[in-house]
Amino acid sequence: MADIITATQPPRETIAAPAKISISVTVNGLRRQLNVAPWTTLLDALRDHLDLTGTKKGCDHGQCGACTVLVDGRRINSCLTLAVMKDGADITTIEGLAADGALHPLQQAFIDHDAFQCGYCTPGQICSAAGMIAEGKAKTPDEIRELMSGNICRCAAYPNIVAAIQQAMGAKP
Amino acid sequence: MINFQYARASDVSDAVRQIAADPEAKFIAGGTNLLDLMKEDVERPTRLIDISGLPLKTVEETKDGGLRIGALVPNSDLAWHPKIEQRYPLLSSAILAGASAQLRNMASTGGNLLQRTRCYYFYDTATPCNKREPGSGCSAIDGVNRMHAILGTSDFCIAVHPSDMCVALAALEAKVHVVGPSGERVIAFADFHRLPGYTPHRDSDLNSDEIITAVELPAQGFATNYSYLKIRDRLSYAFALVSVAAALEFDGDSIKDARLTLGGVAHKPWRDPAAEAALLSNAKGFAHNTFKIDLARRAIVRALTQAANGTPQSQSSKKIR
Repeated sequence: MADIITATQPPRETIAAPAKISISVTVNGLRRQLNVAPWTTLLDALRDHLDLTGTKKGCDHGQCGACTVLVDGRRINSCLTLAVMKDGADITTIEGLAADGALHPLQQAFIDHDAFQCGYCTPGQICSAAGMIAEGKAKTPDEIRELMSGNICRCAAYPNIVAAIQQAMGAKP
Repeated sequence: MINFQYARASDVSDAVRQIAADPEAKFIAGGTNLLDLMKEDVERPTRLIDISGLPLKTVEETKDGGLRIGALVPNSDLAWHPKIEQRYPLLSSAILAGASAQLRNMASTGGNLLQRTRCYYFYDTATPCNKREPGSGCSAIDGVNRMHAILGTSDFCIAVHPSDMCVALAALEAKVHVVGPSGERVIAFADFHRLPGYTPHRDSDLNSDEIITAVELPAQGFATNYSYLKIRDRLSYAFALVSVAAALEFDGDSIKDARLTLGGVAHKPWRDPAAEAALLSNAKGFAHNTFKIDLARRAIVRALTQAANGTPQSQSSKKIR
């Protein structure tokens, strides 16, 4: 039976599996070389290739903000970013915010204000807030809420998150 | 997501050459909508052509006194560009009403025009959808259609175009510059997006072998009397039920020029000089969205009042004024 099938069926056309692509990125100040498939997201590259699991996978569709990281200083959703498209980029994750053994002002402020319950959204919240402070557009609580709306907290720690961000904004020179 | 090949375009003509050579290929820039649709198996390109490195990232003066926005200018950079904030605040406001800060940092100007509808059935590959699979039927007409169109619908599709930015661009009478194998052409914004008709799988008049290179704004920016009012189920980071871009220019006490465009109500930004009358006479609601007819009428009145008073809708406080 197998012989008959082999004899009558032409070989099926297949798309050759694309070769992995070599990229070089700076992650939290360290130069890293990676071989990734074209469809590997930056989120999966960080978590699965570099073992930086601080960045969280929530919805994986750009709706929750748990995967927020800074790329060249700008906050983005790493789940909707292909790693191959960030060759040469400078990436900061939650693991890279603390400097010289001291917590980043946002990390300290989130602790001071109890700005979380389960903590799953927190790395994304903090990276997003760091990006927002760098943008310099949010001044009032209304503006903070609007410009942080891409980060969902299902524990609804929102009032404390806004308070923590206000504290960190005040701490900035 | 299916496996795909990845290639970078070296310049605009290389991008056009690559897309023309492979009907299964797609361009990728910001990727915010395309990658999401690929994860859902709605889009299944076998090759992605990365155009993010092309030199289309500047905002330049035109000789007519307008601005030419490169297709790869990110939404956030455009909204906060000093010349846009000063001369086209309606556009700035509309952009900031859409998506999230992260997505606006990623999404490109050209990509915003080409984003697909968020109709639930378009996303759900287990259900019929004429836009996703021509000829399979429309699940929304007799299904859950709260978010759907009330103007310009057909028996084949009642999806809406989801963009906020495009509603402002339609009001401002922008032009879309595209390049294809036979060179450049310029499309008036009103002609860029299509109504569904018999061919809802085609969102726009852009051909599959063409690339958007720029969006051009005319000199007239309505910087004094404008408002972008977006009504939605939550106060931020949600698609519009109804949105209104209103822009007025006064000559003393009389209105010299008026623009009114609706979002969230049709397959394209709905530009209608007699929008209120049309809404009362032509709008057609479905099981769950007839409330949009009254909502749109009231939103128009409020947005025009805001524009006339020079008190545009704030996109952060959301307070009615």
